[in-house]
Amino acid sequence: MKLIFEKSVPGRKLSLLPACDVEEYALPEAFARRESLDLPEMSETDVSRHYTELCHNVHGVNCGFYPLGSCTMKYNPRIDEEMAALPGFTDVHPLAPAYATEGCREVLDTAKKYLCEISGMDEMTFQPAAGAHGEFTGVMLIKQYHRARGDLKRTKIIVPDSAHGTNPATAAMCGFDVVNIASAPDGCVDLEALKAALGEDTAGLMLTNPNTVGIFDENILEITRLVHDAGGLCYYDGANLNAVMGIVRPGDMGFDCIHMNLHKTFATPHGGGGPGAGAVGCKSFLKEFMPRSVTMQGEGRIQVRGFSGNFLVVVKALTYLLTLGREGVPEAATNAVLNANYLMARIKGTFTPAFDRICMHEFVLDLSEFKKETGVSALDVAKTLIDYGMHPPTMYFPLIVHEALMLEPTETESKETLDWAAEIFRKLYQMGHDDPEYMHAAPHHAQIGRPDEVRAARNPVLRWQKA
Amino acid sequence: MGSYVPSTKAERQAMLEAVGLKNERELYADVPQSMILDRLLDLPEGMSELEVRRAVTAMAEKNKVFSTVLRGAGAYDHYIPSIVKYIPAKEEFLTAYTPYQAEMSQGVLQSIFEYQTMICQLTGMDVSNASVYDGATAAAEAAAMCRDRKRTVTLISAAAHPDTINTVRTYCYGTNHELRVVPAKDGKTDLAALKEMLTPDVASVYIQQPNFFGLLEDAEQIGEIVHEAGAMYVMGCNPISLAILKTPRECGADVAVGEGQPLGMPIAFGGPYLGIMATTQKHMRKLPGRIVGETADDNGNRAYVLSLQAREQHIRREKASSNICSNEALCALTAGLYMAAMGPDGMKEAARQSMAKAHYLAKALCALPGVSMKYSGEFFHEFVTVLPKTEQVLKTLEDNGILGGLPVEGGVLWCVTEKVAKADLDKAVSIVKEVLEA
Repeated sequence: MKLIFEKSVPGRKLSLLPACDVEEYALPEAFARRESLDLPEMSETDVSRHYTELCHNVHGVNCGFYPLGSCTMKYNPRIDEEMAALPGFTDVHPLAPAYATEGCREVLDTAKKYLCEISGMDEMTFQPAAGAHGEFTGVMLIKQYHRARGDLKRTKIIVPDSAHGTNPATAAMCGFDVVNIASAPDGCVDLEALKAALGEDTAGLMLTNPNTVGIFDENILEITRLVHDAGGLCYYDGANLNAVMGIVRPGDMGFDCIHMNLHKTFATPHGGGGPGAGAVGCKSFLKEFMPRSVTMQGEGRIQVRGFSGNFLVVVKALTYLLTLGREGVPEAATNAVLNANYLMARIKGTFTPAFDRICMHEFVLDLSEFKKETGVSALDVAKTLIDYGMHPPTMYFPLIVHEALMLEPTETESKETLDWAAEIFRKLYQMGHDDPEYMHAAPHHAQIGRPDEVRAARNPVLRWQKA
Repeated sequence: MGSYVPSTKAERQAMLEAVGLKNERELYADVPQSMILDRLLDLPEGMSELEVRRAVTAMAEKNKVFSTVLRGAGAYDHYIPSIVKYIPAKEEFLTAYTPYQAEMSQGVLQSIFEYQTMICQLTGMDVSNASVYDGATAAAEAAAMCRDRKRTVTLISAAAHPDTINTVRTYCYGTNHELRVVPAKDGKTDLAALKEMLTPDVASVYIQQPNFFGLLEDAEQIGEIVHEAGAMYVMGCNPISLAILKTPRECGADVAVGEGQPLGMPIAFGGPYLGIMATTQKHMRKLPGRIVGETADDNGNRAYVLSLQAREQHIRREKASSNICSNEALCALTAGLYMAAMGPDGMKEAARQSMAKAHYLAKALCALPGVSMKYSGEFFHEFVTVLPKTEQVLKTLEDNGILGGLPVEGGVLWCVTEKVAKADLDKAVSIVKEVLEA
């Protein structure tokens, strides 16, 4: 389709602002823009049609099945959106006087209370704007803690090789050296490798549990004890909290701080890549190190973003929590796990689960045997799924499984959707043996065929230019 | 209780049986049983949609919404066209994940490509990323991208937003790098001090334009000073002002960042906002975050993809330029949509009217007894006045539905946008007058 710039017609405009009702102010030349401003010129119909056309080329979770592992693509309730769009929230200035913002503070305080209860933490901040931003905040708590004690020798953060890329990248942004430890054959933390990595220089461990292969690490209490005994702290990456919320709490597993992705676990929409919210919780001994906004709360310690974070996202998450309540939270978790196990069971016999055991909210298929037999890769399978209107699973992650496809159906999918999805997987398994060429060339009925990513990287075209 | 789980009790039982389990508890057999909560969470009982609506609306009603907002300081109450509120609420845009699968995400990818282009047009820079979290984190990411082995120190103007300074300080503390604050003089960056502080270890200098006090910095001259010392120049901009103010490119900036909230996002108690970040061709591969690029598909048709991923955390892990993953894509879409709806003329009009009305208010306030401009410099749509009886004036304004300026050291920081009508400015001024003359 055409770019918006290619639809621009000089002289077209919307009628949005009244004429200026005060005297014009003449900006001195020295400050004035000289280059022309080449934004598109559109009518309101043009704008509306353009974005509607774009939106027809987007697949959201509310449009169809989206088993993107590790991203918890659950249904995003409309009521959450409506509440976040209330003028009583959208029209509140962050620096308005306290008496005028009582409602906002009630939202934050209530969400904090509920999320502390769910995570087993004592304090919570909503300043971080995304999961990785929460990781940064959480690991900065660890850094400040050791520094405040004068314990400057703790320069290393331990990260399992199954971790999300954000974990090691975060540790580096916090000035730590990263110690990657290999996972055990069952995908869990290798206790011997952990023991070997721990020492006087250990600042902490970053861990996702259930881990990225969808397994709850049964040694978790031993793991956190070992880290604590070595003088380190334990950071919980809450990416997979959906599997266990209301069932078991990170705070009870021995974790000292945590981030939760409100845009995963608590059903706020991901908006095609944000805004999210990475609420960070900690135990009380870390409370003094939590971020503050200089302008909203006065002098503080660290600050990771302006003002109070993605506030409207918190409104959505709170609306969701109020809806689910104390029974609904564990019900969601249990059904997320049930759905994943059911889908895995239905696919089994064709594609091979990387770990053949009861999984948590997600599972990983290992397509390396299938690829050997048919030449069809995980990528080919993913691309063929698109032709069936299913968003592909996460591909080639975690790195410890070859030809990985990671599926997370979430609790908001029905049995018939899972049956349908399993049927398609079974069909593609057969297709791989019958007609691999078709799958190499997939998708055949999508918005575009496979894009040339190498060309995109070698000859970057990152903006439209006037011809 | 409310629930979004579609499967019935009978279906759940059938599914359990298909998995070979007897009950739901067995799903958690791997979890150390001692850790499993033997109680319900201390949360209220779930609610129906109508009850939730009542509960959350009641919270919103505890806030006071002012009909006139004369306060900015990093959150700007501009007019948001109706279409700009409506389109981002479409479920496709709203509920998609990051566009990893290009064949299913061309709409999101194209919207980002268009946003990147518009940011380049607005700033004069060559390359924009798909956004970062907000203006403060954009400044912090810029500081990181400008450092190299020899040049490790970041300078930031004391006239920048305090939240920005503190955020950049935090990120610098993270990587164990030094941040030095260049003092301000008469509300603007002290150029003499800046020259002295530009030692050979300085990697970059951050200036905000217009600065926190609303004043226009001598941005072009600062660029020359910074470059003469071999450092990189980062400019934090208000995107609305760029419609009429010299672009970062014209001022010689190497990196342009900014708080994108004025481009169609509500003030919303601080977020979601939008971090704008753009740079020159030369520094393209140092830019953090997602970047969308144009390519062709296997039929030769134009297509868009997430590009230059070799910089990013999921490939480079601890060697990545940043840990950023999720950004503010829907806010970027909103900003692009806002700029398309406003068009070049509308953007300039919003900027000109904001500036004109701010000057109108400044003049009217300064005609009152005891009120005067704190600083003498040229300003855009914010300014600081000395204001007697500050607390009483602001409270009286608030009682009349007007959120007055923000108390800052030595005065009050006022802001006016195109959204405020002359009649409301006149009303505000007469209220201030009444209090001062009482």
